[in-house]
Amino acid sequence: MTAAAQTGADAFVRLRKVRKEFGPPRMLGFGSRRTVVAVENVSFSIPAGSTFGLVGESGSGKSTIARLMLKLEQPTSGEVTVEGRDIFGQTAREVKAYRRNVQAVLQDPYGALSPRLRVRDIIGEPLAAQGASRELISEEVPRLLETVGLAREAGERYPHQFSGGQRQRIAIARALSVHPRLLVLDEPVSALDVSIRAQILILLRSMQERLGLTYLFIGHDLAIVKYMSAVVGVMYFGRMVEIGPANELLRRPLHPYTRRLVAVASMTEPLGRHRLTDELPNPLDPPSGCHFRMCCPYATERCVAQVPPLRDTGRQHHVACHYFEDIERGTKAETGPQSMSADAATPSS
Amino acid sequence: MTAEVRAKPPGATVRWPRWRARGEADFPVVAAICCALLAVAALFGPLLAPYAKDAVDLSASLSPPFWQAGGSTKHLLGTDQLGRDILSRLIAGARVSLATATAAVAISGLFGVIAGLVAGYIGGVLEAVVMRLVDAFLSLPFILLALALVATLGSGFGNIILVMVIANWARYARLVRSEVIGIKQRDYVTLARIAGVGPIRIMLRHVLPNALNSVVVLAILDVGRAIILESSLSFLGVGIQPPDVSWGLMLADGRTFLGFAWWLTTLPGLAIVIAVLCFNSLGRWLRIRLDPRGQL
Amino acid sequence: MALVEVRDLCVEFGSVERPVQAVSHVDLTIENGEIVGIAGESGSGKTTLCAALIHALPRTARVSGEVTFDNRSILTMSPRELRKLRGREISMILQNPMTSLDPLFTIGNQMGEVLSARGTAARALRAREIELLRSVHLTAPEARLRQYPHELSGGMRQRILIAMASATAPKLLLADEPTTALDATIQEEILVLFREIRDRFGTAIAIVTHDLGVIRRICDRVIIMYAGRIVEEGPVEEIFGAPRHPYTRALLASIPVLDDDRVVIQAIPGQVPNLAELGNFCPFAQRCPMVIDRCRGESPPANLSAARHRTFCWRAGEAA
Repeated sequence: MTAAAQTGADAFVRLRKVRKEFGPPRMLGFGSRRTVVAVENVSFSIPAGSTFGLVGESGSGKSTIARLMLKLEQPTSGEVTVEGRDIFGQTAREVKAYRRNVQAVLQDPYGALSPRLRVRDIIGEPLAAQGASRELISEEVPRLLETVGLAREAGERYPHQFSGGQRQRIAIARALSVHPRLLVLDEPVSALDVSIRAQILILLRSMQERLGLTYLFIGHDLAIVKYMSAVVGVMYFGRMVEIGPANELLRRPLHPYTRRLVAVASMTEPLGRHRLTDELPNPLDPPSGCHFRMCCPYATERCVAQVPPLRDTGRQHHVACHYFEDIERGTKAETGPQSMSADAATPSS
Repeated sequence: MTAEVRAKPPGATVRWPRWRARGEADFPVVAAICCALLAVAALFGPLLAPYAKDAVDLSASLSPPFWQAGGSTKHLLGTDQLGRDILSRLIAGARVSLATATAAVAISGLFGVIAGLVAGYIGGVLEAVVMRLVDAFLSLPFILLALALVATLGSGFGNIILVMVIANWARYARLVRSEVIGIKQRDYVTLARIAGVGPIRIMLRHVLPNALNSVVVLAILDVGRAIILESSLSFLGVGIQPPDVSWGLMLADGRTFLGFAWWLTTLPGLAIVIAVLCFNSLGRWLRIRLDPRGQL
Repeated sequence: MALVEVRDLCVEFGSVERPVQAVSHVDLTIENGEIVGIAGESGSGKTTLCAALIHALPRTARVSGEVTFDNRSILTMSPRELRKLRGREISMILQNPMTSLDPLFTIGNQMGEVLSARGTAARALRAREIELLRSVHLTAPEARLRQYPHELSGGMRQRILIAMASATAPKLLLADEPTTALDATIQEEILVLFREIRDRFGTAIAIVTHDLGVIRRICDRVIIMYAGRIVEEGPVEEIFGAPRHPYTRALLASIPVLDDDRVVIQAIPGQVPNLAELGNFCPFAQRCPMVIDRCRGESPPANLSAARHRTFCWRAGEAA
């Protein structure tokens, strides 16, 4: 699977400067607004038929991106386009078509299937919502079950009779039922047993090859994201900090945060070499400049003052760090994490 | 602690006991049988009762139950001051009590569930309005409300049920709304939205059936409560009126004879207690049975 | 004499006619000061085993066999003796740091409660609490004491729980999925803490987890469990470098690894067997690529290949 251009010229999915804030609407005259910026200035594109892996830990905003992609939330600003058309601001007919073209597989296999419905009704629901006839649905369901490796008769049973891995297969069958073109996969194997994960990942990849699907794969396990993705984007605290071809980025990470993620994900890296000195920043009071400066061993006053932009390193690999060249060369001094607030009035820790 | 363990020196092996671990949710057989009997009495009452409920026989006035001196097997549970057979009146009363109770529960359940479902799923202003209504109705003092309503509308079957519905619907609404809020977050609802299913279909197909578990339990427990409500109303004279008979009415009638004809009040009182206990027992079993499987 | 010795431990649940065998004929030892990983998927029995070590099984469990700690029998101890043991010589950390602390009380209050129950004098409490928080590298310990659990992140809470668990320099620390609910970068910190505790107090640590990465990075030895039994056990480098049980091999082959550019992973077909349907045969037989008739008829015994490297397989070590 080749990595494709980030210019987005032939992109199937494109996000441009997307920003999402959460917060209560400002009450007239009642003080300043307290909002949480979940996602800020995020841009990336996904070529048709390939997989974009989105990596981040809790609070990174990756799930918000998924929800935006699925139109469960509206962006505060910025644009999300699929096949060149903005997905917010669609006519009713376009919305219906979108619900056919974009489906999802979510993390929890136990919550994904309505407990009181038979499997065949669960799988057939998206088709029914699109207006398909009963005959069509009753033909499609057994075929879909076979495609995902379950027995054709499984449709008669109820979800509680299946294991976690099997339920996830049912969820995949359901997602594929309307022949979507884009699948949003939000941690699809994280809740499954280790030996079952491979089964599902292999299934997902084979589906992609056979059906030409485009995937947005969200995860926190770097090895799995690398296995599935052509291009990877790393998010930290709402911002995209690094983006590039999967193999390259994970073999030679450039952003200090990515470097740390890769180090702790490695099974052979000795313990204790990459130490954290502080916890996640406060979402209600985010640090100025680079969000990672409160944990970064290389931070300087410049990092406090200035948000680093995403810069192209050539090789389609972009990094948001003031000093990535020096860090890579090993010539950057460890000027420690910078926990001061921008005006250095009160230290925040 | 697990097995029955006797002090043993280190190195000894523990054997497990032969008796199996007792389950918590054993079916309440006695309660179920009683409820079944009550249902039979309610349905086939007039056919089973030895006498009509208002068959007056002054010659047999105030005869005690058959096991006491002075009683006879002609009137198994004795008679009241007008010679009416207590057993027949109890059976007739069962019919009235159960009918009013189940009707009240069913109707208040219907209103309450719909209100809670819509409020919980749609949220926003609608939810706020409905929940304030719920708070208001829950704070109304039932007996005073019943008295006021009966004074205005008169008593009679329909009005009694109306009174009980007004008192009760809000509890269902509150319960269902809180269940719905939890269910709304579940992935299968999110996925239904992603599939393009409309909100009404989602409410009816995904949300409501999964919220019904707790509603069913509440309803069964409520039957007991409704029986007590109706009995209280009848006791106070604002519920069932003669010539209809209800257990509460029998309690009221028998008050003046309490000193020397204990069976006039005790037997209907016992009937109320047994009925309520049995329904509660069933409801409790049902709650244990439904909960772990549904909420996993 | 090993610190912990387990002999023929069996734990059953459910009806007597058709019991669910959560743990089946397990023997193992834990030496002083070693860090052991107990690895397995759901249904492997690892959590039940961990609970059995401290005799904290639910009332419906039926236990047989022997668990010895420091030459004392755990399963036959009176509740009073157990109470004295727990929290002092044996400590335990549970999976979810979010729910292990009472939201109604401050950190200082909860730590103080635990410390004074174990004999710290009231006057010395605060100083001891601060000392403990520093030992787990928490910044601003005085401030932390006045905070409530919800004001702290998952990683901080887990550190506090570890501080409380290691306060008495226990001989054995049991950790049930200690890092599963935490972010990767925080996990690292917690693992470093475990190692510090072992180095400083000589505490033996048993880590129950399904995350093989955690085991590889911190454990000296690993026990692989499947369907209630031990299938392989040995030093970490040997198990990961040259596994001898087909399940271990299949498991390692099914996990994508970051360190190399391997593009192919291999799934294990089928799923974990029903724990009520086990008997005198190898539990992995129905999924095993190397299965022979003998596997279905007899439970394989331990095959000892090196110092403390046991494999329960009739074809242990054979090439696929």
